[in-house]
Amino acid sequence: MTAIGDRGPATTDRPGEPCGPGGPGEPGESGKPGGLDVRHLPSYSFGQGSLMWWSTMGLMLIEGTVFAIGVMMYFYLRGVASVWPIDAVPPALRWGTLNTAVLLLSLWPNQMAKRAADRQDRRCARRWLAVCVAFSLVFLGVRALEFTTLNVSWHANAYGSVVWLLLGLHTTHLVTDTIDTTVLAVLLYKGPFEGKRFVDVSENALYWYFVVGSWLPIYAVIYLAPLG
Amino acid sequence: MFARSAFVLSDLSSWSGPATHSALRPAGAQAARIDDLWQLTLWICMAVFAAILIVLLVALTRASRGAARAAPEAPLPMASERAAKRWTTGAAVGSAGLLVVLLGADMWTDRALSRLPAADALRIEMTAQQWWWEARYLDAQGKSEFAVSSELHVPVGRPVIVTLKSVDVIHTFWVPSLHGKKDMLPGRSTQLLLRADKPGVYRGECAEFCGLQHALMAFSVSADPPDTYAQWRTAQQARADAPSDVEAARGAQLFLSSNCAQCHTVRGTTAAGSLGPDLTHVASRALLAAGTVKNDPATLGAWIVDPQSLKSGSTMPSSRLSPDDVRALVYYLGSLK
Amino acid sequence: MSPRSAAAHSEPLRDGAHAGPLVLRALHATWSDPPGWRGSLRAIDHKTIARRFIVATFVFFLLGGLLALAMRLQLARPGLRLVSPELYNQLFTMHGTTMMFLFAVPVMQAVALYLVPLMIGARSVAFPRMNAFAFWVFVMGGAFLYAGFFLGSGPNTGWFSYVPLASSDYAPGKGVDIWAQMITFTELSALLVAIVLITTIFKMRAPGMTLGRMPLFVWATLVTQFMVLFAMPSVMLGSTALILDRLVGTHFYNPARGGDVLLWQHLFWFFGHPEVYLIFIPPLGFISSIISTFARRPVFGYRAMVLALVATAFLAFGLWVHHMFATNLPEVGKAFFTAASLAIAVPSAVQIFCWIATLWNGRVVFRTPLLFVLAFFVILVAGGMTGLMLASVSLDLQVHDTYFVVAHLHYVLLGGAVFPLFGAIYYWFPKFTGRMLGETLGRWHFWLFFVGFNVTFFPMHLLGLHGMPRRVWTYSQGLGWDGMNATATVGAFVIAASVAVFLVNVALSVRGKARATADPWGAGTLEWSTASPPPPYNFDALPVIRGREPLWMPSGRPSHVSGLAADAREVLVTSALEARPESRPLFPKPSLWPLLGALATTVLFIGSVYTPWAVVWGAVPVTVALVGWFWPGRRETEQALALERSP
Repeated sequence: MTAIGDRGPATTDRPGEPCGPGGPGEPGESGKPGGLDVRHLPSYSFGQGSLMWWSTMGLMLIEGTVFAIGVMMYFYLRGVASVWPIDAVPPALRWGTLNTAVLLLSLWPNQMAKRAADRQDRRCARRWLAVCVAFSLVFLGVRALEFTTLNVSWHANAYGSVVWLLLGLHTTHLVTDTIDTTVLAVLLYKGPFEGKRFVDVSENALYWYFVVGSWLPIYAVIYLAPLG
Repeated sequence: MFARSAFVLSDLSSWSGPATHSALRPAGAQAARIDDLWQLTLWICMAVFAAILIVLLVALTRASRGAARAAPEAPLPMASERAAKRWTTGAAVGSAGLLVVLLGADMWTDRALSRLPAADALRIEMTAQQWWWEARYLDAQGKSEFAVSSELHVPVGRPVIVTLKSVDVIHTFWVPSLHGKKDMLPGRSTQLLLRADKPGVYRGECAEFCGLQHALMAFSVSADPPDTYAQWRTAQQARADAPSDVEAARGAQLFLSSNCAQCHTVRGTTAAGSLGPDLTHVASRALLAAGTVKNDPATLGAWIVDPQSLKSGSTMPSSRLSPDDVRALVYYLGSLK
Repeated sequence: MSPRSAAAHSEPLRDGAHAGPLVLRALHATWSDPPGWRGSLRAIDHKTIARRFIVATFVFFLLGGLLALAMRLQLARPGLRLVSPELYNQLFTMHGTTMMFLFAVPVMQAVALYLVPLMIGARSVAFPRMNAFAFWVFVMGGAFLYAGFFLGSGPNTGWFSYVPLASSDYAPGKGVDIWAQMITFTELSALLVAIVLITTIFKMRAPGMTLGRMPLFVWATLVTQFMVLFAMPSVMLGSTALILDRLVGTHFYNPARGGDVLLWQHLFWFFGHPEVYLIFIPPLGFISSIISTFARRPVFGYRAMVLALVATAFLAFGLWVHHMFATNLPEVGKAFFTAASLAIAVPSAVQIFCWIATLWNGRVVFRTPLLFVLAFFVILVAGGMTGLMLASVSLDLQVHDTYFVVAHLHYVLLGGAVFPLFGAIYYWFPKFTGRMLGETLGRWHFWLFFVGFNVTFFPMHLLGLHGMPRRVWTYSQGLGWDGMNATATVGAFVIAASVAVFLVNVALSVRGKARATADPWGAGTLEWSTASPPPPYNFDALPVIRGREPLWMPSGRPSHVSGLAADAREVLVTSALEARPESRPLFPKPSLWPLLGALATTVLFIGSVYTPWAVVWGAVPVTVALVGWFWPGRRETEQALALERSP
């Protein structure tokens, strides 16, 4: 093995200790607890302490930007158009509004699952996750109905294109959220299980919040903006 | 080649470039304003560049040389620290100040460009397509009087409002001697206001990549003294003369019976196609195919027979005419002055 | 050994300063890449991934350079027919696309992936498997683009691909679709690496390395990665809309049906302008590292330097309309962007002044890395000056889309990024490979590059002012452009020669006998405290930090972390601001899932260029791969449970 910490010819008073073998202590022995000892630290933590939280935050920043730019595309095209919607009646409100209600309601089992995970209650967490999955089947079904009552096709004109784009982007998130939640639910039932999984459930809840939260402005743009 | 390059770099007048298409040799009011701003900006930038390099050079030479891996320097004494802070802050503030000056000059120039007097402006509507230009001269009411392609004439000293359109992709109208450029956007109409102040023939270019033959899409703006321009305009407004001899008549006949009339217009005949350039006075043009080749009988003949060999990808198809027919056609077109 | 291994099961081996060879062997075994070619497909060591990334981006750099040589040959004389107009248009499209998407942005991320854990005292990056996945996706995207090009389906509408030229009406065939989907590959890769780097920098710094003690290169990386998060979505949406227009008949960019051609330009340039800062800001970090080491003192004005980086990042998002000055956007709006484009010079100027102050007060050591950094001061500053010219609407209207801009962009990109990158390579080569690059060859490389660069690109300023537009496959005689074009071509070959010298230098040095020490330059930052190249586990024991240049100050007590498992991949997670130890999670072992996931993603992406249904059926293998990736294994869970400790 190459010599570690070798700095070549010694210059005077080379500051900093070499971090290598050869110090006092028997060969083969673990590092003595003389340094900053971290063996008693937890092996997982919630919230900002977890790396998953940071990646979820990063994902939310990215996807939030995607949605924001999508919305800006909508208003840009609207600004360029003389009449809006172009050659179409506004989307029917029924399914979109119903779905908004379903999504908002789904925050309840989501929050329950998160709380159960935060207090490391596996049984409770997996039950609430199952309820979340049930909700996701409902809102996916209603989302399919939403597509059928947009009253414009994606290839009719730019208005149709951007409305389908926005709804499609959000639907992608509903689908991935559903899959994530289902996978976690199954995992919590079947195992293998370790404490870190509670963190995964907790972070998944954050993502769920994001998917529901990001829906509200998109709902307003797709369904309410053409009425204005 | 090297000698020529060296000559280029040492000859000051060659820094300004060719008289017909250099932004540094303005021949019009707008280009002159921009050139003024260029001079100011260039001097400020050169001064800043020199200052930074000089300071860097001094820093490098005055600092003592170190041996690699020598012990790192001790922290700066308070006085040096403060001096460095003062100098860097001062330099930053000074730079910001120069930027404000530049911003002011920029905005002043922008405003001046938009305020060129446009009374009694000549109106031209320029439509770009892959890869040629159509210029329609409009009367005072905005109605089209006649069309020419790729070779404009304008009177010296009179403002010109050029409305810019595109029928396919984005092109850009640019005559460096006269003004900056303006995009021609499909679905929109843009405008450029310019005025030539020196007589001459100025080169224009398409300056937005527009496909296969973007490189072969030039045009010219001939700035004429007002009476010369008036003569040109009158000549262009007139319809094509009837063929004056047998050969020309045969050529005219061929023009109408072959596919030519499907794409081209010759006012005064039944040819009224609008896919290609208006050929009513094609013989008055210096160049063909948007500034690509000379307008002489041999080249015109070659173009008619096989345009693809001169400008591959152009919309004009090859023809299957016999050499005699081509000669007659070229003769007829040569009579359309 | 038996009694020892029995002991190991009941009491895990732990690391720490003064740990014996058994611990170090255990660390080595724990963190090494699995052997063999099958093992190499499963490798997730950040150094391995980073090395692959750097090599891949360099291959693209060389390809892009060859494309440029072909272009310069064609333009050497007027009226040449070495290549057809169609091929030329593909050449410049591929050159720009390669350099911007496949070289300049990824190489900066790749160098950061190697150096950041070493500079912050960590054993790994966060999410090592996702990091590997990002590499595979990148390489497959680049390969897809070049496969298209070599099979005659290269994109030909420019690296910026304006509509309507790029619509299916005017650019039939698959070239533009392949180009647009390559963007999807590379932006996915860049976004994932950004998350990896941001999380690593915030959560895995060694104890005591507060944000105010991070090396300036780490700050530059952090700032850049945030920019990636906000910039990439714009081009993602823009290119997706383009593919949708071409493939399924949407009308985002079709003015006849309510679309707008300028929408593409806004979406592209809102990404495209920050993108050049993605390329420019990390080298600002290289320069700080190199100047500090070769002036033998820390960079002057740390706080101002950090603020300057942050200010540059923010301002970079407010400039994009300066690429659209020739359109018919309102003049008042344009003036705002002139002001912003001028303003962004201020933070860069601050950095330059601080570096000069550092050199002024330092003890200068002239080695090749510093030479490349000094070139920055000449070339980038010149490019910055022409940038100020381009910031003016009036001036820009003359030189926009001419060779003046070609000159400007190469001055800022090569002066601002490639020269410092070469400096960084000479500087960190011993750390990466354990050997020094030759100093004599390094000087030849430098001077050939410096002279060749200026001979190539300086005349282009004049060409632009003298009326030569960009993206032209030929030009006529008699326009006054002949001499300068010929000169530029000669210069291009001098640049090529300099790159050849560099490659020779690398080849000779890698096989050289003399091995580099841990710290051949006498530098102050943490990466120089471990071996060259570092062991798979980076540090025998993680250091405890008390200052910005830990190697230039005496260590305190405790000097190192102890207690992390040596026979499991335990890492230390610390708090975001103060770097206080928080937890010691177990990291994943090498895995084939990142490669499988990338393959599935590649099938999805490539398929959807040919049929929209691929989005549906292609999603299935991707889902399967991602679930398989996430799904914990039984043994790994057991190992985790053995080390588990609840918060």
